Amino acid sequence: MKWIRRNPEVVFIPLLYVALYIAQRTGFFNNYIMQIVMLACINICMTLSLNLVNGITGQSSIGHAGFMSVGAYTSALITTIMLDVSCMSPFMQLVIFLLATVFGGVCAAICGYLVGMPTLRLRGDYLAIVTLGFGEVIRSIIRIADVVGGARGLTGIPKLASLFWIFAFVILTIYACRNFIDSSYGRACMAIRDNEIAADTMGINISRYKIIAFVLSAFIAGVSGSMYAHMIRYLHPDVFSYAKSTDFLVYLYAGGVGSISGSVIGATILTVLPEMLRAIANWRLVIYGILLVLIILFRQEGIFGGKEFAFLKMKTGGIQNIGFFKFRRKLKKSPETSAQEEVIQ
Amino acid sequence: MATFVQLLVYGLQLGSIYALLAIGYTMVFGIIRMINMAHGDFLMMGSYAVFFIVSLLFADLMIGPAVALLVILIGSAITGLIGVGVERIAYKPLRSRPKISSMIAAIGVSIFTQNFFRSLPFIGPNPRTFPKLMEDTLFFIGGIQLSMMRLVIIALSIVIMALLYLVVMKTKIGMQMRTVSCDKDASSLMGVNINRVISVTFFIGAALAAISGAFYASSYPILLVTMGATLGNKAFIAAVVGGIGDIRGAVLGGFIMGVVEIMISAVYSELAYGFSFVVLVIILLLKPEGLLGKPMIEKV
Repeated sequence: MKWIRRNPEVVFIPLLYVALYIAQRTGFFNNYIMQIVMLACINICMTLSLNLVNGITGQSSIGHAGFMSVGAYTSALITTIMLDVSCMSPFMQLVIFLLATVFGGVCAAICGYLVGMPTLRLRGDYLAIVTLGFGEVIRSIIRIADVVGGARGLTGIPKLASLFWIFAFVILTIYACRNFIDSSYGRACMAIRDNEIAADTMGINISRYKIIAFVLSAFIAGVSGSMYAHMIRYLHPDVFSYAKSTDFLVYLYAGGVGSISGSVIGATILTVLPEMLRAIANWRLVIYGILLVLIILFRQEGIFGGKEFAFLKMKTGGIQNIGFFKFRRKLKKSPETSAQEEVIQ
Repeated sequence: MATFVQLLVYGLQLGSIYALLAIGYTMVFGIIRMINMAHGDFLMMGSYAVFFIVSLLFADLMIGPAVALLVILIGSAITGLIGVGVERIAYKPLRSRPKISSMIAAIGVSIFTQNFFRSLPFIGPNPRTFPKLMEDTLFFIGGIQLSMMRLVIIALSIVIMALLYLVVMKTKIGMQMRTVSCDKDASSLMGVNINRVISVTFFIGAALAAISGAFYASSYPILLVTMGATLGNKAFIAAVVGGIGDIRGAVLGGFIMGVVEIMISAVYSELAYGFSFVVLVIILLLKPEGLLGKPMIEKV
């Protein structure tokens, strides 16, 4: 009981899934709403992956949709074109889907390595320009690749990414990112972000850690792409355009750069908000643009900048733990601080 | 050979449009070290401004070259003022913050302008046809087809760029711009009004984008609210290829970009857009500071 009280997320996260599952089964959430929920989950993963590069390592990748498209197309190529999964047993379908997803992630990671290796050694904004270029190059290659449908798009992808897998993937990504950030790797990356020269002086191999963060981020993006492909069931090269990459950037910076909770909240709110504003047709994106400028102007650190939900138990980076799940845990004053307070009084 | 020269002419025409747009990117970057993602939208605003002036005042009559030039100048002045306003409202408060936040603000401005224009009832999402600003005559020199419009666009762009170069190199405000791009704090201590310099930079950048928009719309007469995004990206690449922060570099990069794109599309049109990025990556790998850029020194 005490353990559960200390780790309420082991109850809360399955409960959230069960609630979503019941809502889906009973028809309380129709297919449209479920699609938005799953899309929000995928956007969360993309934002978290972008956070590793832009938020933790302090580099700027502005073409992350390119890695997503690599993952989406390679996994869809396996499940749709190379293997005809529709006549297999559900178990085999699942195995192939998961293998294809991992393979998509690996392909994206390899692309990330190839893009990152030459550019991350340079200082300055080159990564931004090269990732922007990478996204567009991938898009034009897909447009002329007839195997994957070219400019017509790829149709008939089996619907293998169910709510369960997408939800599991989000939770996995959140914890993978948390563990990465809390590890010595994450600290090294943050040191690079805060001061590259100082980090170099302290013996951190700058380009190595930058590449590690970038490849991990590309892997997550590739896996998200695969989930996206098997949820929407249709891929078109223009979906993964530069506009998509800026969407993720917007989620990240509005939510709070460098913060896992911020990425989650930002991606969720900004995926749901445009759908809720659908009633006002074209004006919704006008409002979206204004909101974005206002957030950057008046809350530069984003909605959740420098803060994390307490249940993530982040230790690194001077982060303020807030929010639900702290109520049970009273912070004990350590003897030194209370002694200091007495002295001050 | 004739085909090559013919393609070269097309490439120069497109290149002059890219060059005019790239100048704005490079000037803004040189002065406040910010990538203005909304710059392509100034091109869109400029072409719409010219479109509305012509269709409201002249009701699509063919207007002579002199009036057309005047209309383009008015349109570009309006866009320039909008550019100054955008800088004042959205970018100025972010000047001391990390560069990336002003880039995000620029993305916000870009989303806002495109969708605001799309939502306005008198603009709307449907493409418009840009009116012909002047009588276009075709003529042939040694098997190469030339049109008056093409030559005028190339010539005018070169004249405008030369004028701009004179302004930056010979006038007082140009000298102030150069000092600010060299060291903002030191030039402020020397009595340079930084706010004024930045406003002038945005005015010039947006006005040049508007002129390039009018030229683009005269060559490919379809107006769309999203036309600025792709063109803006290509012009940005042109600025980087030439060496961002350097006006001559932007011009060179713009012409290289235009010619390469036309040559590639003559071979395989689907590849053109992607290939321009390949050119960019190759140049960056060989010469990271761009063709004419000076290597930046990392200071502690």
